[in-house]
Amino acid sequence: MVFEAFLLEKTIIVLVVFVVTLSIAAYSTYGERKVAAFLQDRIGPNMAGPYGIWQPLADGLKMFMKEDFVPAAANKFLYHIGPGLSMLTALMVSAVIPWGKSLIIGDGEASVQVTDINVGILYVLGVVSLGVYGVMIGGWASNNKYSLMGALRASSQMISYELPMGLSLIALVMTTGTLSFNEIAAQQSGWNGMEWNIFYQPLGFIIFIVCAFAEANRTPFDLPECEAELVGGYHTEYSSMKLGFYLFSEYAHMFVSSAIIATLYFGGYNFPGINTLYEIMPHNVVTAISIGVLMIKTLFFIFLFMWVRWTIPRFRYDQLMDLGWKKLVPLAIANIVLTAGIVLLFK
Amino acid sequence: MAEYNLSNRKVMVSNKKMTFSERLYLPEILRGMGVTINHLFKPKVTYVYGKDIRPFATTYRGQHVLKRDDEGRERCVACGMCAVACPAEAITIVAAERQPGEEHLYREEKYASTYEINMLRCIFCGLCEYACPKEAIYLTQRLVEVETNRRDFIYTKDDLLESMDNRIDISQRRLR
Repeated sequence: MVFEAFLLEKTIIVLVVFVVTLSIAAYSTYGERKVAAFLQDRIGPNMAGPYGIWQPLADGLKMFMKEDFVPAAANKFLYHIGPGLSMLTALMVSAVIPWGKSLIIGDGEASVQVTDINVGILYVLGVVSLGVYGVMIGGWASNNKYSLMGALRASSQMISYELPMGLSLIALVMTTGTLSFNEIAAQQSGWNGMEWNIFYQPLGFIIFIVCAFAEANRTPFDLPECEAELVGGYHTEYSSMKLGFYLFSEYAHMFVSSAIIATLYFGGYNFPGINTLYEIMPHNVVTAISIGVLMIKTLFFIFLFMWVRWTIPRFRYDQLMDLGWKKLVPLAIANIVLTAGIVLLFK
Repeated sequence: MAEYNLSNRKVMVSNKKMTFSERLYLPEILRGMGVTINHLFKPKVTYVYGKDIRPFATTYRGQHVLKRDDEGRERCVACGMCAVACPAEAITIVAAERQPGEEHLYREEKYASTYEINMLRCIFCGLCEYACPKEAIYLTQRLVEVETNRRDFIYTKDDLLESMDNRIDISQRRLR
């Protein structure tokens, strides 16, 4: 019975997380177009439904209706598997994000997290670095020079930026003393829900968010796609819903990255006054509020991704490598040394 | 060497060394983001096609109108000047003679029994209104509406003639 209850609970959480991730990813496309339009003094999509809110559905339908073209010289198996792989890795990361403290159902306590791995951060780094395969395989299998160039850029960019990302997380792990996402989120409930890691790791946060932009292939690091020079980059040869999957996985990736940034540095589901609320209000209600708070934080970071995209131009390729290897890596190492010194002195 | 500045638009390229905060890049990014976020709240310049109609210049040349005089009689005498002037050959006229008893319909003895403009041929140059000796045809600020059938773009007298209870104002047009 216990096992069945466990299975049911996890199935429900997995399904809910899956559906929420996909729907937010879908509406991020709409959000992106709206944000882009508003930042450029335009209106954006406004024809499909009130304020154009059915636009993602129309786009999805369009994608499904398109001809699913496979280049004659493509490696068929890899060509088909590429977009799925890209989507898979983007979605897998969401498994370790704690969406709230816990829900009390009957007399048991259910965590609002798909799984609490005790090496959650390593898991995230591992899955994120797998993300390069979707892009690389897609670009390689298309048998197109632009795709290959895009894929090469993508893989070198992702590998370069994983390094400072991992290093910035090491400093975070030093202050928190754990690799588990759940514990990191729980630790930030100090000071009545305001003891966020951003106050301990401001430099680490900046390094991490820059790397997150690069990992999600977002401007200013969207060299793999680079419409101007690479005719679309690694997904040049893709059409129909396969292309849709690639574009979609970028938004799923963006959502998951935002959730991770919010969890690691911005208190996760904690908000000012959460501990007081837990004492005076029913447990489940406060948990529901905190889930909503995490969603708001996540949506803010998604907005930040878009805001940056429509503000700054793309890096040149050598500037990108320069920033990654010559600036961020030394900065991250300096951050580690600094953090280590402070931890030794004050803890 | 002498400095030549013929156009007065010459701008020297600035190669000044960047300050420390500029080289840090982040403060400058934040400044740029401040600029873009301000645009989020600025009024939008879009006219929604199909919903809004953007303001036209008074000299805008849109769909034609065949004018009537103040007593409701057609001004056109089917002289064919507009058809001759038309560079796109969009105008077709068939002339007819006014019969006794039709004086309240047509201003002069001759009138156009058929007056057609093919809106797909028309280039809206406005030469027809310049050519017209009787001030019968004018271009207006109205747009030619979308049709799904090519034949529907051939506007007949029914489409072109103004009705007396809904007269088209052409007082803003300055032709000569």
